[in-house]
Amino acid sequence: MGNVVRQSWYALPSLLRFVLRRLAIGILLCVGVTLVSFSLTQVVPGDPVAASLGDYASSDPATVEAFRQRFGLDKPLPEQYFIYVTNLLQGDFGQSLQTRRPVAADLAQYMSATIELAIVAMTVAMIGGVGLGIIAAVNRDRWPDQVIRVVSLAGVSVPTFWLSLVCLYVFFFQLGWSPGVGRLPPGASGPMTITGLYTIDAMITGNWRVLGQALSHIALPAMVLAIYTIGAITRFTRAAMLEAFDQEYIRAARAKGMPERVVVMRHVLRPALAAIITVSGMAFGRMLGGAVLVESVFSWPGLGEYAYRSALALDLRAIMGVSLVIAAVYILVNLVVDILYAVVDPRIRLG
Amino acid sequence: MSAAPLVAIDTLTISLPSADGQRLFPVREVSLEIGRGDIVGLAGESGSGKTITALSLLGLLPPGGRMSGRIDFEGRDLVGLGPAEISAVRGRDIAMVFQDPMTALHPMLSIERQLTEHLRHHRGVDAKAARERAIELLELVRIPDAATALRRYPHQFSGGMRQRIAIAMALCCGPKLLIADEPTTALDVTVQAGILRLLQRLRTELGLSVLLITHDMGVMSALTDRVAVMYAGRIVEQGMRGDVLGRPRHPYTYGLLGALPHDRGEEMVLRPLEGTPPAIGALPQGCPFHPRCQFAQPVCRTAEPALRTVAPGRAIACTIDPLGEMAA
Repeated sequence: MGNVVRQSWYALPSLLRFVLRRLAIGILLCVGVTLVSFSLTQVVPGDPVAASLGDYASSDPATVEAFRQRFGLDKPLPEQYFIYVTNLLQGDFGQSLQTRRPVAADLAQYMSATIELAIVAMTVAMIGGVGLGIIAAVNRDRWPDQVIRVVSLAGVSVPTFWLSLVCLYVFFFQLGWSPGVGRLPPGASGPMTITGLYTIDAMITGNWRVLGQALSHIALPAMVLAIYTIGAITRFTRAAMLEAFDQEYIRAARAKGMPERVVVMRHVLRPALAAIITVSGMAFGRMLGGAVLVESVFSWPGLGEYAYRSALALDLRAIMGVSLVIAAVYILVNLVVDILYAVVDPRIRLG
Repeated sequence: MSAAPLVAIDTLTISLPSADGQRLFPVREVSLEIGRGDIVGLAGESGSGKTITALSLLGLLPPGGRMSGRIDFEGRDLVGLGPAEISAVRGRDIAMVFQDPMTALHPMLSIERQLTEHLRHHRGVDAKAARERAIELLELVRIPDAATALRRYPHQFSGGMRQRIAIAMALCCGPKLLIADEPTTALDVTVQAGILRLLQRLRTELGLSVLLITHDMGVMSALTDRVAVMYAGRIVEQGMRGDVLGRPRHPYTYGLLGALPHDRGEEMVLRPLEGTPPAIGALPQGCPFHPRCQFAQPVCRTAEPALRTVAPGRAIACTIDPLGEMAA
């Protein structure tokens, strides 16, 4: 029996085997995350009951007891955890003490705003960072390289919250180029919800006016969020390309008479991709963190905003939900990074 | 040699910028001819300028490098060519095989891509024709199961197989000259023999001219027709293989061959060449070899000897020629 399983496992294509193995590890990690987030919420100082009921109601023992029973807070810890995980598997993240809505519904709503912001920012950062990195590496130690080095250093050094405020001040209040905060103009209604991403939904439904509004609103916060990542990706791309430039196989490619453009884009960029993928994965994680600050400055109704308010209100279910979702995104991004490695490098795929 | 040689390098001098803004001369006044179908060996220790001489044929000098002199290739002077023109010569007319097949093949590109990309670029053939040509070449260099090999990657082959693939890659566009830079140095001895036989066979079958760079005198004697020995950026001895390797006339060649007759008896004692070659930025006055030369005379410290013809097809750069009588 075990032998049969073993044989059919090795009959799978190596890339699929690789993905399945990574997926299994990812699921294990998710379980670990629920444990950690659950434990952390148990040890934080502060009483969620008091925070939720307010001073007056929490002074009445009967009300407190009823509240604790209603939310299962009177059960032993392992049981609370077991109930929590069982519910999670059914898509039930519990109820938010603060919004009185299912946390899952809150997460879905706020998540889509953050994901949209992060995807736009990441796209800008990847294109900008890889492009600048290539230009810098090709022009090593000449002026384009020097300029790009200064700019990318500034990009990774400037605090995100400060940059958010400055950009909002300059491009909205002073120049009026940006339409201001939020996802859409005040009072405007969003497109029909399909993916939850306004730009995509507007495109699917052909609602061009909303598409324009959504794009003009997302541009500035996405730019601000992308700045750090552009800097990081630029520096890594440059370093990885310079390392590749020194390899004998690059000299061999030139000796074959390949045009320099092909040598750079095919022979040099390819080995540098592994480093670019790594730093992009890490940067994406950091971007979700940075999103908290950008979202609060730009009144972006995203996960960061939600996490911030939940933390202030000691809304444990919501905090656990946010941690779980962010951890799941991290794990997912790492999974994607690992798979991309294997796609890029045959030594990993076939090794 | 009655017909015009394929390549005639004439007083080639190469200069490179050094860290302190001076110019260094790793290659000085080198003249060398390679006939059609000839295998010419270029010998010397590391730093003697043999690799950079070879790279100059492809216009692949390090950044800031400059050449003077002539490199006549089929009536064209390669020294004066612009980047686009020399790029069209590379890989198509002159191809190169590098020392270490572990690092000279791109680890992330398939064998097919690496074998065919320059063929498609230079000759504009379509993917199908390029693949057929690649299979033909892999069979020529005796890679088993060529069609499957195309889909694989360098790490799936052994060192010897990789060098065969690198040779196939060099031959793809049908070059007239193959530069082989220490093609066997990174390989096991048994594998070396196979690569040497392959090069020999290619010369016979394809009429290929080969410039073989090596410091290994065994490889040199196994393969070449003519030999040039470089020291400190100059050719110090040049001639037919049997003459240069059998009866060396320059003390450096003599030392490089490592065999010294101990006395008049039959016994030969191996004695390695003492010392290290000078740095190109700090050549000693006079003959650059004199500090290591066992025959050095006071005159060797004052004037650097020019390469002079001492017999038909034989030239040395030595003022005193202490081995002349023995060789004659």
